[in-house]
Amino acid sequence: MSGKKSFGRFFTENAVVIIFLLITFAAVPSSGLSIQYIVQEMITRLGRNTFLVLALILPIFAGMGLNFGMTLGAMSGQIGLIMAINWNVGGVEGLIFAALLGTPVSILMGYVCGSVLNKAKGREMVTGYMLAFFINGIYQLVVLYMMGAIFPIRSHAILLSRGYGIRNTLNLDMVRQSLDDLLMLKLGGYAIPIATFLVIALLCAFVIWFKKTKLGQDMRAVGHDMAVAEAAGVPVDRTRIIAIIISTVLACYGQIIFLQNMGNLATYNAHDQTSFFAVAAILVGGASVKKATIPNVFVGVILLHILFVVTPRAGQNLFGSAMIGEYFRQFIGYGVIALSLVLYAWRARRDVLRSREGLRGGADRAAVASEGAAE
Amino acid sequence: MLKIKQFATNFGWPRIIIFFFLIMLFVAAPFVGVRIDASLGDVLNRFGQNGLFVLALVPMIQSGCGLNFGLSIGIVAGLIGSTLSVQLGLLGFAGFFGAVALALPFAVLFGWVYGKLLNKVKGEEMTIAMYVGFAGVMFMCIMWLALPYTAPTMVWGYAGKGLRTTISVEGFYRQVLNEFLSIRIGSTFVFPTGMLLFDGLCAYLLWLFMRTKSGTAMTAVGSNPDYARASGISVDKMRTTSVIISTVLGAVGIVVFQQSYGFIQLYTAPLAMPFAAVAAILIGGASVNKASMVNVLVGAFLFQGLLTMTPSVINSALHTDISEVVRLIVSNGIIIYALTRKTKVAK
Repeated sequence: MSGKKSFGRFFTENAVVIIFLLITFAAVPSSGLSIQYIVQEMITRLGRNTFLVLALILPIFAGMGLNFGMTLGAMSGQIGLIMAINWNVGGVEGLIFAALLGTPVSILMGYVCGSVLNKAKGREMVTGYMLAFFINGIYQLVVLYMMGAIFPIRSHAILLSRGYGIRNTLNLDMVRQSLDDLLMLKLGGYAIPIATFLVIALLCAFVIWFKKTKLGQDMRAVGHDMAVAEAAGVPVDRTRIIAIIISTVLACYGQIIFLQNMGNLATYNAHDQTSFFAVAAILVGGASVKKATIPNVFVGVILLHILFVVTPRAGQNLFGSAMIGEYFRQFIGYGVIALSLVLYAWRARRDVLRSREGLRGGADRAAVASEGAAE
Repeated sequence: MLKIKQFATNFGWPRIIIFFFLIMLFVAAPFVGVRIDASLGDVLNRFGQNGLFVLALVPMIQSGCGLNFGLSIGIVAGLIGSTLSVQLGLLGFAGFFGAVALALPFAVLFGWVYGKLLNKVKGEEMTIAMYVGFAGVMFMCIMWLALPYTAPTMVWGYAGKGLRTTISVEGFYRQVLNEFLSIRIGSTFVFPTGMLLFDGLCAYLLWLFMRTKSGTAMTAVGSNPDYARASGISVDKMRTTSVIISTVLGAVGIVVFQQSYGFIQLYTAPLAMPFAAVAAILIGGASVNKASMVNVLVGAFLFQGLLTMTPSVINSALHTDISEVVRLIVSNGIIIYALTRKTKVAK
């Protein structure tokens, strides 16, 4: 009985990962793609996406849920890159230049986002999501109407023909894969971008170190219980804002790394799905709204992207339509987010009910136990 | 003076700014060569098209489920009904009401499942609703390709299967409500009587329902669930009912939208629709946990007015297409404004 129960608990706690693994195992063979191809894709995509996903960890740690407002950081990174192209700074220097310019913008954005989320305690996620839409409007106002009109732009090549506003697609040739190619290791037919992975490793070290600092411990306390933290003298609102600022700055760097690998910038769409992919990845990796670790990030990026690589081909082979695979992977992405949010909220409520029942007499507890068995 | 100030705080500054902005647009319209009567006609038309979506949000707000970001579930049910109606070749009013009737069972079923799900996740409804809505829309994308529809006006010509992204309802039920008893004044202004009557009827039925025993119980659940439970109301059942009503209204809403717009839009089209409805009801003065018919009326009119007037007026004044950005900032700004208000405990 208890073995069955613990299996049941193991399943509900890891349902998302298990369901995902099953789908992946079914989809890989039917795609007809070679293992070599998939492994190489995974190495590339790990380098491309991991930094962005890591940006989500600290807000989860601080109890603010999944930071859908990370899109604000992505937009700051894009502004940095646009300026790097404008001032014609290429190579790794260009990336550093973009990061340096993106930092103050993303700190400001993070401050705005943190302050707004502090006013919406208990519904941070949906507010962050809407805030990303709102700032997207501001971003378009600045980039599409003000750049070249109010903010001087040197390079006319990146402006629209009407004289102001940035072109819809920017060619990032100057910085394309400059970080990846800095230290490319060829190993048994696989190309491994060592420099990118070093940057990611550095960030992992930072996250681990940061959690042990005073500020990191404050964040843990705030994440655990805001009222208790406040009573213990932790400045709750300030700590939450700092968590979001760090996340936003990291998302800014993450987007720069992502875009240097992609090699071109869709000025007005590149950030649309940033938070969707990052959040789906960390949840697929087994994280929840309250708990996320570094292994969750790596497992999640690999699992999610294997599926993303194979579904269009699998859709083509199984149903004769690549679009079915395309829709299927979006369905899976959204579905995974919905499912893990549901499982988490449902478990949290059940735990509350259980602890409440525990305070009552034995008869009630027996009733709960039989109810649990019926489930 | 104090009274005005009190009113302003209650109603919210963003709403007042939007209101005056809209008036300003109407005043400025003639100077940039935009016809007021044509604009008013457009506003009324779009008000009628979108009114039911905004109305659909009321029951769930009242029962404490928050803003229904998953309204797309209802819209998808409506799409099933309308595609089935076209598939069966129903024409005119039969086509329209056939679409509604065929959509209803799906809407009730989807709403019931969706409501049960939201009962399990109290407190996190809005984020989850959003993603359940997204996932539902994407799932139906696969279905639109896979279901065996055969009507030649709907499927892709070269493959002979899979529904098109947009399907014209010309010859089926295009404008059946709009043209019913419609009043034409001058060359450009048309009053879409039938559509507004239908919207009004739905609103009236909902208003009546909210005043029945069940409707009052629903409001009680939203204002104070513990009190409601203590008075013997089944909280979960009331919440599920509210979700079903909302989903059904969403389904009927999309059919009304199609008959006026002239096209069935499939695939990813429903993804963004709930956000516009949410922005509208919030502009109308609703909050996350309180909404009335007045909010719906004012909100749908202001928001659709804004959507109609900004492109025509601002674009002709500045000669740029800045209106899309204005729409993004205004509609999402108002949602954030509402989400960051302190939730007032019911008086």
